[in-house]
Order: sequence, then C-alpha cells, then structure tokens
Amino acid sequence: MPLESILEIKNVSKIYQSAHHNLTVLNEVNFVINKGATVAITGPSGSGKTTLLGLCAGLDRATTGAVTLNGIELTNLSEDQRAAVRNQYVGFIFQNFQLLPTLTALENVMVPLELRGAKNSKAHALDLLDKVGLAERAGHYPVQLSGGEQQRVSLARAFSNQPALLFADEPTGNLDSETSEKVIKLLFDLNKDAGTTLVIVTHDLELAARTNRIIKIKGGHIIADENQQHA
Amino acid sequence: MPKPTIENQRIGMAWLLLMAWRDSRKNRSRLLLFISSIVLGIAALVAVYSFKDNLQRDIDAQAKELTGADLIVESRRAVTSKTQQLLAQMGDDRSEERSFASMIYFIKSQGSRLVQIKALQGKYPYYGAIESSPTTAASTFQNGRNALVDQTLMLQFNAKTGDSIKVGNLNFAIAGVLNKAPGQTGISASVAPTVYIPLTYLEKTGLTQIGSRITYRYYYLYKNADSLAQTIKKLEPKQEKEGLDIETVASRKEQTGRSFRDMSRFLALAGFIALLLGCIGVGSAIHVYIQEKLSAIATLRCLGLKARHAFFIYLIQISFIGLIGAVLGAVLGTLIQFLLPLVLKDFLPITINMQISWLAIGQGIILGLIISVLFALPSLLAVRKISPLNAIRASFEHTATKRDPLKWLVYLLMVVFVFGFTYLQMRGWVQTIAFTISIGIAFLLLMAFSKLLMFLVRKFLPMQLSYLWRQGFANLYRPNNQTLMLTVSIGLSTAFICTLFFVQGILIKRVTLSSGANQPNMVLFDIQNTQKEALNTLTKSYKLPLMNQVPVITMRIEEINGKKIDADSTNARAFRGEIRATYQDTLTTAEKITDGVWTGKVESAMAPIYISLDQDYARRIKVKLNDQILFNVQGMLIATKVGSLREVNWGRMQTNFRVVFPTGVLESAPQFHVLMTRVPSKTVSAEFQGAVVRAFPNVSVIDLDLVLQLLDEILDKIGFVIRFMAGFSMATGWIVLLSAVLTSKNQRIKESILLRTLGASRKQVLVINAIEYFFLGVFAAGAGLILALGSSWLLAKFSFEAAFAPPLLPIFALFATVVGLVVITGVLSTRNVLNQPPLKILRSEG
Repeated sequence: MPLESILEIKNVSKIYQSAHHNLTVLNEVNFVINKGATVAITGPSGSGKTTLLGLCAGLDRATTGAVTLNGIELTNLSEDQRAAVRNQYVGFIFQNFQLLPTLTALENVMVPLELRGAKNSKAHALDLLDKVGLAERAGHYPVQLSGGEQQRVSLARAFSNQPALLFADEPTGNLDSETSEKVIKLLFDLNKDAGTTLVIVTHDLELAARTNRIIKIKGGHIIADENQQHA
Repeated sequence: MPKPTIENQRIGMAWLLLMAWRDSRKNRSRLLLFISSIVLGIAALVAVYSFKDNLQRDIDAQAKELTGADLIVESRRAVTSKTQQLLAQMGDDRSEERSFASMIYFIKSQGSRLVQIKALQGKYPYYGAIESSPTTAASTFQNGRNALVDQTLMLQFNAKTGDSIKVGNLNFAIAGVLNKAPGQTGISASVAPTVYIPLTYLEKTGLTQIGSRITYRYYYLYKNADSLAQTIKKLEPKQEKEGLDIETVASRKEQTGRSFRDMSRFLALAGFIALLLGCIGVGSAIHVYIQEKLSAIATLRCLGLKARHAFFIYLIQISFIGLIGAVLGAVLGTLIQFLLPLVLKDFLPITINMQISWLAIGQGIILGLIISVLFALPSLLAVRKISPLNAIRASFEHTATKRDPLKWLVYLLMVVFVFGFTYLQMRGWVQTIAFTISIGIAFLLLMAFSKLLMFLVRKFLPMQLSYLWRQGFANLYRPNNQTLMLTVSIGLSTAFICTLFFVQGILIKRVTLSSGANQPNMVLFDIQNTQKEALNTLTKSYKLPLMNQVPVITMRIEEINGKKIDADSTNARAFRGEIRATYQDTLTTAEKITDGVWTGKVESAMAPIYISLDQDYARRIKVKLNDQILFNVQGMLIATKVGSLREVNWGRMQTNFRVVFPTGVLESAPQFHVLMTRVPSKTVSAEFQGAVVRAFPNVSVIDLDLVLQLLDEILDKIGFVIRFMAGFSMATGWIVLLSAVLTSKNQRIKESILLRTLGASRKQVLVINAIEYFFLGVFAAGAGLILALGSSWLLAKFSFEAAFAPPLLPIFALFATVVGLVVITGVLSTRNVLNQPPLKILRSEG
C-alpha cells in the first residue's frame, strides 16, 4: 500500500526583495513528507531552514512553487484561510516557547481549542497538562514557570487541537541538557500516542538522529535527504 | 478518502471579549495611564458643556432680572416731543433713566474719577433688584439729593455712607454702596463704575449741555403680554427713524445666550486642544503597546487566529479603556464645572446654580470613546498586518508597518473629526478652516522640528564627545524613540501658553507705548467754548503743556446723495446716532489721504464744502468719493461733498475723527473742545483732576494711567480664564510625557541593565537619561517657543498692528520651567529601575 503524503513541497523558492538586490533564501526545494513520519530539517545558521519551516506551516507564502499540506494547496489561500488551516491541522513548538504572557498555562493550552469552537476545551486542556505533568500549575502564568515547564505547556498546547502535522522550531534551543532530554522524550511520546507527523527544525544532531528522516539544507538547497533506521 | 476541507472558525463576540480581558491582564494599569492623557481634555469639555447647559437654564430662569423690566426703549439722543408723549403713556408702570460718562469728585478724599452716571426716576427694576448696602438705600436714594456709589469707587476713594460726592454743580450724599445692578457684570463695573443719582437733580448738575453723550432709557412694566406686543408693534416704525432701540426680556435672553454661547465655544475649543494633545499621547502609547504585543499576536496568528479577530481583541481593549477614561473625565469635568462660575464670575450677569448635566456627561463620554478609538486606530490597524512569522523570527517586525490604505482613511477621518468638532463649536466655515489649518500647521511644524532634531543629532553627533553624552543624544533617535510625540505634545502646550502670554503683553505694550515720553497722557473733553481759555490758564498754572486742542461739533446725517433714511432703508446705520466731527486746515500726523484731494479751507461762502472721511467709516456707511452728504448740525443743514478719504491711525494717543470739515464752515456752530496734556506724575494728575472737576464740573478727564490699569485688570481677568483652560493642555502635556516615559520603560530597563552589566554605574546611567530628557525638553520647549514667537509676531503685525518685542526674562523662565519639568519627570520615573537588582527587574518584566 502506497504511503499517504501529508506535506508536499514542489519547486519552492523564497526570494526576499530589497532596494538593491534580491536575496534567494530557498532555491527550488522539493520533498514530500508522509503521514506519521518524524523528520528533522537541519543545517547551519542562515541556511534557510526556519524560512522553510515558515513556508511548510503556512506562515508565509513561497515566491514560486507550491506547498500542499494535508491535501490543501496553500499557495493561493489568503492569510485568514491559511490561519484556519493552521488551527485545524498544524501544531507549533517554538524555541522561545511563545506562551502568551497574560494567559495562564491552562488558558494557553485552551486557545487552539477555543479558536475551533471546541466544547469541553477546559477539560481537554487540563487532561493535556496532566499528561505533561503540569496539572498542578494550570493556574500559573508563564513568568511563574521555569523554561522546561514553559516548553511542556507549549507541548500540551501544540497537541491540544490534535494536529495532523506538528512543527517544532529548535524545541530544546533554550533549555539545559537535562531538561531538554525530558522535553524531547515527552515530545516523542506524545507524538507516538497521537500519531502526528513531526517536523523538527534543529541544529542539534543528537535530536535529529532520533527522527526517521533528516533533510539537510545549506545555502537554500537540500544537500541531503536521508532516511534512518531505528532499533 | 474524502478531501480535507478548511473548517469555518466559530469565533463569537464572547470569546473575543474573553481574550481581550485575558490579554489586558498585567497591562491594565498601563492602559489606564495611556488613556489618562484624554481624561483632562474630556474633563475640560464636560465642565464647559455642563456650565453652558446650566448657564442657558439660568439665563432662561433669570431673564427678567437681567433686564429688570418687560420693555426697555433706548435712544442715543433726546427723543422728539411727539415720541415723548407716546413713551409717557406706555406700560402699567414706567421709569426713566439717563446715563452718561462724567467726572465725580469725592469731597473728603479730594479724589476724582470718570464714572458712568445713571440718573434714575421710578421704581426700576421691576424684576430683581439694585443690590445695595444698606439694602434700603436702593429704594430710598431717590427721596433726596442722594447717590448710590459703586463699591469699587467706595474702596478706591476710601469713602463711607454719608460722605458727599460732587456731580457737576451739585453735591450728593452717598446713601449706600451699589453692589450690583440688573444685568451688570464684574467687568462692566470695573470699566465704568456706576453712580446712581435721582433724575430730578440731573438738570441742576449742569451736565446736560451741548455735546454730552447722553443715553436715554425708558423702562416699562407690563402686566399683560398682549398689550406689550401691541406697544412693540406701535414702536417698530419709529425705531429706524428716531434711532430707538427696543429691548424685551426675550431679546435680552437671546443676546445674552448668544454672547455666552460664543464664550462657551471658545472655552470648548481650548478644552479640545487639550483633548487633541491627549489623543496624540494615546495614539503614541498604543503604538508602543502594540509593538510590545507583536510576539503574542504573532503566536495567536500561528495558532490560527484570523487577522480581523486579532484586530477586534485590541479594539475591544482600547474601547473599554477609552470608555473608562471618558467616564473618569466626565466625573472630573462634572466636579470642575463647579469651579467655572468662580473663574468666570466677573463676566456673568446672573447667578449660576450649578447642577449635574447628564447631557454634557453623555456628550463627553461619547466624545472620549470616539476620539480614543480613532487615534488608536492607526496602531490597531497594524495588528491586522502582523505576520505569524514574527513568532519564529523577530526580524519580521517590519511587516507590521506595511502601507495600509485603511490607515489613510483613518487619518482622513481624524481631520474630518477635528474639522467637524471645530465647526460645531465655531458655526462658521472661515473660523473652522482657520482653526483646523492652524492646528494642522502647528502639528506639522512640530513634527518637522522633531524630525530635523533627529536628523541633525544622527548626522552631526561629534564622536569626540564622552560616551555618556553620545549615548544620551543617541537615545533621541533610537528605534521606538519618543522624540516625535513628546516634541509635539510638549511643544504644542508650550506654544499655546506662551502665545497667550505674549498676546497679553502686546496689548498692554500697545497702550503703554502710546503714552511715550512725548505723548499726551491725559484727555480733557466736553470743554465748552466759554471754558476754553480759563481751562488753558488752569492747565498752564500746573505747568502742563497744551498739546492738542480741537473743536468737536455734534451732528447727524440727514441725506446721502439726496436720499433720506426713509428712502434708503438699506443704509439705516449711516443715519443713526450722532457724529462727532471737527474742522482743521491741515492733516495731523495720524492721518494720510488715500483717495481724493484734501481741502483744508473753504474759499468762499458759495464754494462747495469738501469734507474728508475715514476710509473705514466711508465703507461702513456706503459712501464713495464725490458723494453728497447733507449734515444736520443741531438744526442747521449743511451740504457737503466727500472730497477725500483718509487712513487714520486710531492707535495714536490723540483725537481722531471720522468726519473732518475744512476751516471756514463750522467755526460758529455750537461746539465743545478737547484738550490733551501730559502730566508728569500720579500726584500732579490727582491734583490737576481735582482742580478741573471743582472749577469745570462738566469737563471729563481720562487719565491714561487709569486706562492702562483698567486694561491690565481686564486682560488679567480674561487671561485668568484662558490660563485656566490652557492649564488643561499643560497638565495633559505633562501626563503625555509621563505616559511616554513609562511606555518606553521596558526598553530603558533592558538598556540600563545591559549598560550596568557592562560596568556602567547607576550615576552614569542616570546621567545618560538626564541628558536625553534635557535635550528633549530643550528642543520641545524651544520648538513651542518658536511657534509662539512666530504666531505672536504675526498677530502683532497683522491683527494688532503693533511691534512685538519678545519679553526675554519671562521667556527664559517659561523655557527653564518646561525643561526642568521634563528632566525631573523623566529621571524620577526611570530612577526606580536603577535601584533594583537587574535580575529581579528582568524577571518581573518577563
């Protein structure tokens, strides 16, 4: 049985125009990610990996080429339509957690559910906080949580809308190694339980090595696309 | 497998309200501070509107007390015997009054002063009362040779009830102190203090001679409204022909209401300027607030929030906070309204009973809500443009500032709002356009000033300066700086206050200048032919110069180009009132011929008489060169031709005339004379005035010192009202400053901590901030002063036609005060940041 794709990137380029010159950040990038896969996008600083993540997740529009997410062609969608797609199919984990500072941990997790108009969003969010071990701290604001705790809330939020595709941008970039290990374990466990496709952008080769596939990018080009076998 | 679809989000207002509430947590006190910029502006407007409502209600309620009678008939000249018969039969009761300016002499203190004499007969006022101490004096003074003397005069000459004053040839006993007459205001009492005497004694005073400017008033009581209406109908045809003015309770009510509407409009505009300043503060603070929310908005957008929903979340916050600000302003305004009657007491002819005006409160709240949202909209619209990419990459901030056509629509709406609001106050297109353009130009100039400052500092900042100075200067143009907003708000309020101050100075100086060393400073008028020589001798005996002596002849226009008033009803103005003309063979230094040929002498009895008219007067009475005017010189008709038009400098301290005859025509006509002299001191002035009044009781004296003192007093009273309203702008400017300083606190904290981490001492960081605020203050106050100097110079040159010499010491004091305030506010509000350990602050701000 052929594997079903969840993300297709066809001839995608991103060029930033300035007054004096054009800067090509991504050049004719092609790849397909199948449902349930775990993929790492790696590369040095300035290689274009964050730009690629933005395009894949529908945060930005490609200059040329097409991005198809879960069968929906994003290229011609308006920003609001892409927002609806993100809410419905995409989850995010950010390097700097990006929790809303004025919302409690519980409210942060509830937001994606509330945006969808889901019922029982509070119970569902509490359940998720429980899974990441933070049920006791549901009423705390981000500033009252440690970095690791904030990232765990971020994980709960990312999974709250049961996304088809989860994007993680340097998820351990702001954490110490011990906390990183715990967060990564949690991420992979949750991902496994939910059967979500996971795309991680990272410098961390150790983290990348835990995925099924590594796409290496440099100077806006894919220089390697390797599948990995895990025991 | 079915194709995946995009679900419609089901976001309702309830969730948007909830998110607005959640998002505003930890920011509410800051938002309140932003919005406090509009509180004073709203307060000023609500106070003025409430005052206006109360005033209108009290004018309606006390209208009869304003006039004191149901009908007043007034004439500037003696009425004909036929009309006199009619006037004597009208009304259920009637009183008669003649009023004119004359000198009075306080016998005990030997002081004299020009006053308004009111010779009264009858039971006037029929409504309200002449307030006197003792109270009975107002009704009993007519029983004998008594006078009611205004309280300011009593104080000035240290007089007491029972003392005597000399009015003309007669002595009167002071029966009581006049505290208030119907319709009288504090201002009118200071300009022309009143002395009431019984009409019966007027003739015997000898003051009703030729040339006296007497106003005849007849007061009537009507118990029946129908008969009042019939009387008015009967009098109307006589109005134009005999120069009668008819005033009723309704007409006075309308006239008083109109003048106070004008005043309320002016006050409302002053409040509106404070509100506009506040709005700039709100707009700028919200801009910084949204900038700080960039990351949170981007995250929400990543999670699937639509642009318009993000916009609504912040619109709800601003609307709600705007509403709170407006309500606070309305409450404060309602309290301040109780101060306005105190501020305006000298201008009010009635007693104001202040009550809460719900209409004014409603207007203020709606205005506050509209204006806070309108001025926050440019920043709020940018929320729609915030890219979700900001969540993963800070460098995408610039996407928020993309050009947005809706912003231009908002800017247009702002202009329309300012224009519309001004029109509602002014009710005149020209004034509205002038006000809007002036405010616009002031804003643009201040914006240009601040841009220039930033450009100059960036371009020419000397690198050899010490680090502290360079950093302090660099803060003026760093990203998210407050230079533009503070220059506009501090500059505009400084400009506003300084212009008022300068204009007051120009007006005072204009009169002071006219009393220069070689200029006359005392005018004696109503000198009869028979008194001329004796008065000259008296003047010389005091070693005073006879500087300017001119004859004055009173006359009326009978016909213009053969048309009487009946045939030319469109130009009734020309035929009304008496004209005071003179004759002379040469032009004075204050006169210049602008058209035609000056004729100084009539060659023969049969030759045409070429007169010269003041060009403005000629335009007003619609007369051109070579038109024929027939004058009635106290019964004798004299045909003349307009031979020339003159430009007259009325600002000069000398006698000027609208109509000048050549010599050889009016020499034998009944006339009086005006004499000008210069007194060297107040003592000589008082002695000489006393001597003149004793010897020539009909002669009136105007002492320029007194005029100056009065002008100063009036300007001070007006100035106080203006300063009171301008105070709202000053206070708003300060709140905007405070708000701006606290708005940029986050950024300053990060910089300060970074500097301290790099080894800077607390003092050094403080000095950097002080330097920044010092130059910001210097530039903003300087820009405001330049604007004020420019506008005052323009006003002096084109409106007051006077020279403008900026008063250096007050300028320096004002400048230093504003700069000092900016530095103290800036440094004090950032000082607490430096007293805390860096980590603690970073944690609390995180």
